[in-house]
Amino acid sequence: MNIKACMTGVLLAGLLSATALQGAFAAEDTIKIGILHSLSGTMAISETTLKDAMLMLIDEQNKKGGVLGKKLEAVVVDPASDWPLFAEKARDLIEKDKVAAVFGCWTSVSRKSVLPVFKELDNLLFYPVQYEGEESERNVFYTGAAPNQQAIPAVDYLAENEGVERWVLAGTDYVYPRTTNKILEAYLKAKGVAAEDIMVSYTPFGHKDWQTIVSDIKKFGSAGKKTAVVSTINGDANVPFYKELGNQGVKAEDIPVVAFSVGEEELAGLDTTPLVGHLAAWNYFQSVDTPTNAEFIKTWRAYTKNEKRVTNDPMEAHYIGFNMWVKAVEAAGTTEPDKVIDSIVGVSVPNLSGGYSTMMPNHHITKPVLIGEIQSDGQFETVFKTPGLLVGDEWSDYLPDSKNLISDWRKPMSCGNFNVATGKCGGKGS
Amino acid sequence: MHLFRTMHRVMLFLCVILLAPISQSLAQQDNRIDINSLGQGNFSQVSDKIAKLSRTGDIKLVPVFEALAAGDLYVRKTDKVVFIAKANSNVLTLTDTITGTSAGEGAKADFERIKVNNNLRRAVRTAIGALTLLSPDREVRLRAAYSVFSSPSEDALELLETAIASEEDGPIKSIMKQARAAAILKSDRSLDDKRAAVKTIVERGDRDALSILSAAQGNADGELRKDIDRALEHLHSVQALWDAGQNIWYGLSLGSVLLLAAVGLAITFGVMGIINMAHGEMVMLGAYTTFVVQEVIRSSYPELFDWSLIIALPLAFCITGLIGLSIERGIIRFLYGRPLETLLATWGVSLILQQGVRSIFGPSNREVGNPTWMSGGFEFGGMMLTYNRMWIVIFAAAVFLTLLFVLKRTRFGLQMRAVTQNRKMASSMGIKTPWVDALTFALGSGIAGIAGVALSQIDNVSPNLGQSYIIDSFMVVVFGGVGNLWGTLVGALSLGVVNKLLEPYIGAVLGKILILVLIILFIQRRPRGLFALKGRAVEA
Repeated sequence: MNIKACMTGVLLAGLLSATALQGAFAAEDTIKIGILHSLSGTMAISETTLKDAMLMLIDEQNKKGGVLGKKLEAVVVDPASDWPLFAEKARDLIEKDKVAAVFGCWTSVSRKSVLPVFKELDNLLFYPVQYEGEESERNVFYTGAAPNQQAIPAVDYLAENEGVERWVLAGTDYVYPRTTNKILEAYLKAKGVAAEDIMVSYTPFGHKDWQTIVSDIKKFGSAGKKTAVVSTINGDANVPFYKELGNQGVKAEDIPVVAFSVGEEELAGLDTTPLVGHLAAWNYFQSVDTPTNAEFIKTWRAYTKNEKRVTNDPMEAHYIGFNMWVKAVEAAGTTEPDKVIDSIVGVSVPNLSGGYSTMMPNHHITKPVLIGEIQSDGQFETVFKTPGLLVGDEWSDYLPDSKNLISDWRKPMSCGNFNVATGKCGGKGS
Repeated sequence: MHLFRTMHRVMLFLCVILLAPISQSLAQQDNRIDINSLGQGNFSQVSDKIAKLSRTGDIKLVPVFEALAAGDLYVRKTDKVVFIAKANSNVLTLTDTITGTSAGEGAKADFERIKVNNNLRRAVRTAIGALTLLSPDREVRLRAAYSVFSSPSEDALELLETAIASEEDGPIKSIMKQARAAAILKSDRSLDDKRAAVKTIVERGDRDALSILSAAQGNADGELRKDIDRALEHLHSVQALWDAGQNIWYGLSLGSVLLLAAVGLAITFGVMGIINMAHGEMVMLGAYTTFVVQEVIRSSYPELFDWSLIIALPLAFCITGLIGLSIERGIIRFLYGRPLETLLATWGVSLILQQGVRSIFGPSNREVGNPTWMSGGFEFGGMMLTYNRMWIVIFAAAVFLTLLFVLKRTRFGLQMRAVTQNRKMASSMGIKTPWVDALTFALGSGIAGIAGVALSQIDNVSPNLGQSYIIDSFMVVVFGGVGNLWGTLVGALSLGVVNKLLEPYIGAVLGKILILVLIILFIQRRPRGLFALKGRAVEA
């Protein structure tokens, strides 16, 4: 009995010291990168792809010899679509695993829940998804689109090319659609659209029964003016929405729908034949015809061993964000977050649509805006591309609360919400 | 008379195709230049060229336009010649745009596809409509009339009048007349013509009429304005009636979805009293069965696709039924009389099933196609009915009636009721109660599985499918009255209808909240639901 207990003790101690040793060994030889994407729960549908994309990028970088002569090591955690768990996992990544930077989150609520952790522990978060703006943090880099890099150009396109005069703003009921629609409403009114020509409608997460709303859209559209739907409907709710549109015979030629959250991945669960011509606005489409993109798709398919695997916009955002981080670390000569925050502003890396994206002082990046129409093969055909690159506008100029705010994280200003009217740092937000 | 009319149209058509080579031998050269110019310029320039081409009235342009709309028009990079082409991996099979004969093959890299957007598709639709208005084929003419109607313009007036004069098919003729009326309202014809046009449009009585008249309202004045205002008022009141009917239909359709999701639970929870948190996952597995069936059909027997759902139904029933049976035998039977432990155990099972499906099929949505008889919809008066919803209503009713029959008229149903009402007595009468329990649970799970087959037609097929139905299902069963199938039916339909009647006024979000509040208040007043069971079984 005693001997057995003794043996177990020895074994346990051995095991512990072995892991400790291994940990120390690993810490010296590799740079750790945290991947904070849900692999289970409702968001797994979107986020699992991004986890794979990050693993591929890290793998590719290691083939090139890693960073600063060290190999990169991915630390994958699963926050399970549970917002408080995002904060806990982020803390684990930074405190226990000592990662140099974290790539992750999807939806603003997950980002908001990890913010205090990143501020307190002073680490880096690269957030790859389009969001509503009205935020700029020292520790966060927003590689997805701000409203002016997605929503506003899309509305302009519809007004100019399709002659749209009546607008339905349909969204899921949470912070991103509400803020984006607020900005769009202010923008449309500034352009002279009457209040009765705008209809706003919100639906709960995962809404399934779209009959009433689609029929309302048809009713709204029969007022003799060209009508379009601007959709900020998120996630799973899109499939039944588009099915209902198709079945009720709402054709893109009559009432086009432009979506900000529907990409190649979401269309993969749909027969897109009845949807040809409906639009989406992104900064990247899989169908973009450039050599870098062709190479990226090839690597991606080889990495996932799936010839049909699609790519999408948030993947490109991670591609850009990761390369920016690598470049900034090499410039700073260290992975220390404070140094990287200083060196990353101004870093330019190629994006996948044939240009360069630059990290701006407001921690947002420059991007082109593409408007694409859905094709019968589930891909998008680009019908419009902004001639130049747009800088992400963190504080919208169309909202009274934020129009005087700017953000510049370079020294000596180092402020995320500088009020140009009062000349002081600190307005809305913290 | 009839013969004369037919002759007239045939003559007209012959004129177009027979005289075309003579009168247009030169024009053909022009056409080729114009067609080739489709390969250049931006969207609005191309749209102008389409309008220009369609004015030639050359019916041979139709295939070119159709190819353009379908994205099958390519331009050769070297000499900017335009071809109709079908892409097959990296090779294009080319067809000449004028003669329609084969023009060999080409490498995809040497050609550029002519892009289309919605504007161009609209222009093409109008152009094809105008070109085929005189076609001898009834279907083609009907489609042409519709597309001219949907984008009325002054240019089409003369053509429409020619077509109306030679048309003898009633329905087509009336659409053509409506198209003419819509075009007149946009033209600068006389006031009398316009007032007559308003009358023609009002007769349609639908949303399109509303749309055309609202558009005309803006620049009308005097008598015409009064006419239009009156017409709009009439149309609005007609539409309001139809809207009410439409909302009730939507309510029934939502109710039948709730019924489908809940009816299996009405057996496992309602009759047996098991809090089965894995119920939603049975629905999900039914949907994935449909997906697998369709995958096999797509790869091996594509001609059977329309039958895929009918093939999937028995399979889904058997698979989920068997899984239900094994859950009952393996886990639940040890936990009878311990509802909390049952709840936790079945919840665990639901997580295992979800993650299992996620590991096998991946986390993203899977495409389950709609068979042709389940896609699209039809107009019923001023209402739009979609086929998939209609079939789901019918299917839900069929499942409900079958289940009722099984419970009330079969030996198994009798035993089931006996066991739930008085287990000891049933047992002493020689009924094998454990087996009845197992089979009842299997039946409830199997029904959830076939509900999944139906729900795959309107929802995402993803591992989360079941989660979103579990709360609704419990809500329906509790609201309707535990242990009573009729209660489940009335509960599901009334929740559906109330939800859909509220939605247009207070929005989807508030509507859902209000429904939940109403249910809470209702349960406070009547804890046993709408149709409470009475008798010893309840007290036991």
